[in-house]
Amino acid sequence: MSIRGTKIEIQELTHRYTPKSPVTFNSITLESPPGEALVIIGRSGCGKSTLLHILAGVLQPTEGKVLLDGHQIEKPSPRWVMMFQAPHLFPWMTVAENVGVGLTFGHWSKKEIVERVTEVINLVELQEFVDNNVQDLSGGQQQRVALARSLVMEPELLLLDEPFSALDAFTRASLQHDVRSIARRLGFNIVIVTHDIDEAVIMADRAVIMAGSPGNIVHELDVALPDPRDRHDPEVQKFRGLLMGAFQEAANV
Amino acid sequence: MNTTASVAVDANPDSRNARLSRFFASSLRGIGNFFAGIALLFFLWWLTIFIVTLSPENSHFEDFGIGVAFTILPELWGDGTIPDALTTSGYRLGMGMGIAILLGVPIGITMGRVATFKKLTNVPFQFLRMVSPLSWEPIAVIVFLEWDHAIIFLISIASVWPVVFSTSAGLEKVDPNWFKVARNLGASKLDMLTKIILPAIAFDMLTGVRLSLGVAWIVLIPAEFLGVTSGFGFAIQDARESMSYDTLMAMIMMIGAVGYVLDSICVILIKKYAWTKK
Repeated sequence: MSIRGTKIEIQELTHRYTPKSPVTFNSITLESPPGEALVIIGRSGCGKSTLLHILAGVLQPTEGKVLLDGHQIEKPSPRWVMMFQAPHLFPWMTVAENVGVGLTFGHWSKKEIVERVTEVINLVELQEFVDNNVQDLSGGQQQRVALARSLVMEPELLLLDEPFSALDAFTRASLQHDVRSIARRLGFNIVIVTHDIDEAVIMADRAVIMAGSPGNIVHELDVALPDPRDRHDPEVQKFRGLLMGAFQEAANV
Repeated sequence: MNTTASVAVDANPDSRNARLSRFFASSLRGIGNFFAGIALLFFLWWLTIFIVTLSPENSHFEDFGIGVAFTILPELWGDGTIPDALTTSGYRLGMGMGIAILLGVPIGITMGRVATFKKLTNVPFQFLRMVSPLSWEPIAVIVFLEWDHAIIFLISIASVWPVVFSTSAGLEKVDPNWFKVARNLGASKLDMLTKIILPAIAFDMLTGVRLSLGVAWIVLIPAEFLGVTSGFGFAIQDARESMSYDTLMAMIMMIGAVGYVLDSICVILIKKYAWTKK
């Protein structure tokens, strides 16, 4: 697979859902270099998911713009793919068909689809379920299929909206580790929205905290930790404490 | 899509044998129930005629019996009565159902996707749905120059509504996130229709087609009572007028059998395209 990262520039981004509704967030400016894992944390209602949807091109900003390598995001594209809280797999398809569905939209040849799907399925370690219907899989396996479906498009940017929050603790930890390790290996950017401090420390190169109404970025923290990250490591615990302190301060807890 | 990786689900021969045994047991039960049901129906038929004809003044009802109906079946097949009826009624049914599906599916999809269209069409569609299909017959005869076309129109107008409403209801149940995901992965409008919408609603759509087929088959027979000189409806009418009651009963048996086969085909298709796990 040939994936590369992208430079993300969020410029003076403001959003409100309708002209009469309150401002969701106000004048957000943020940059992320190619290959960075950026985690956005904040309490419910601070606009972090809305920001992610704008990055995906699903929502349009009221003011400001988002640039990827200098090109403005205006609509969804396989170059920047979003993974949701639930996998939203197509239940009439097998694992392989779900993973390759984006390639069929792009009219890839059958041979190329088989090759790329096989490669990505191996990457997420689902090779023994390749011809199973996705309804036969566990929640964690389904989320792996969703990850493979995104990765097969060779995106420059993977957007994750609380993607593991519905999973049990063991599966969540395993997927957090795998997504970070795959992203580092292949070099694409990830932007993750979460309200889980542990997840932020395990997955982030940099964490930004959003708070307030309208939302804004109130704190940034470089998570300079080596990989693989173990949540019981004292260094990880130290960053957890730092992030928790900043989070609580921002939330006025 | 074929991939090179293998599936390790049938590795245990014991579990495979157990599944095969369950499959054969279930199939045998199904076949047993089928023949038991048929036998019960034929027995009740025979019993009714037997009781009715106990009285000598009702002896002419013997022509309605199961024995004479079965006796005349090969003759009706051999002289072309049944094959001709199958061909002509089949053509009318196929054309009528085809038009109903071609109109009903797009209308149902539009109703499911566009709320304004659904609100706008709700009253007229419910109004038209409640009009008995056969009440259109005098109008159809005036509008269409050929009886065949009039019958096809009657079948279409009778069978379009279940397709429309089932398709629309199916689409309303579809997870909107599937569209979001598909759009995110670069699906065009055609991809969205052929690879997401149609497979997602296949179960409801085919259930609608099954209901439509039942309505169409029921409407077809009385529609063929008038004007035409072919088809199952005409054969029934002709048998009644010539007092060939054995032929009449044989044709009724054929109508039931053909209807059952068509319904079974729909059930097979519904099972094939149903993706909901039980």
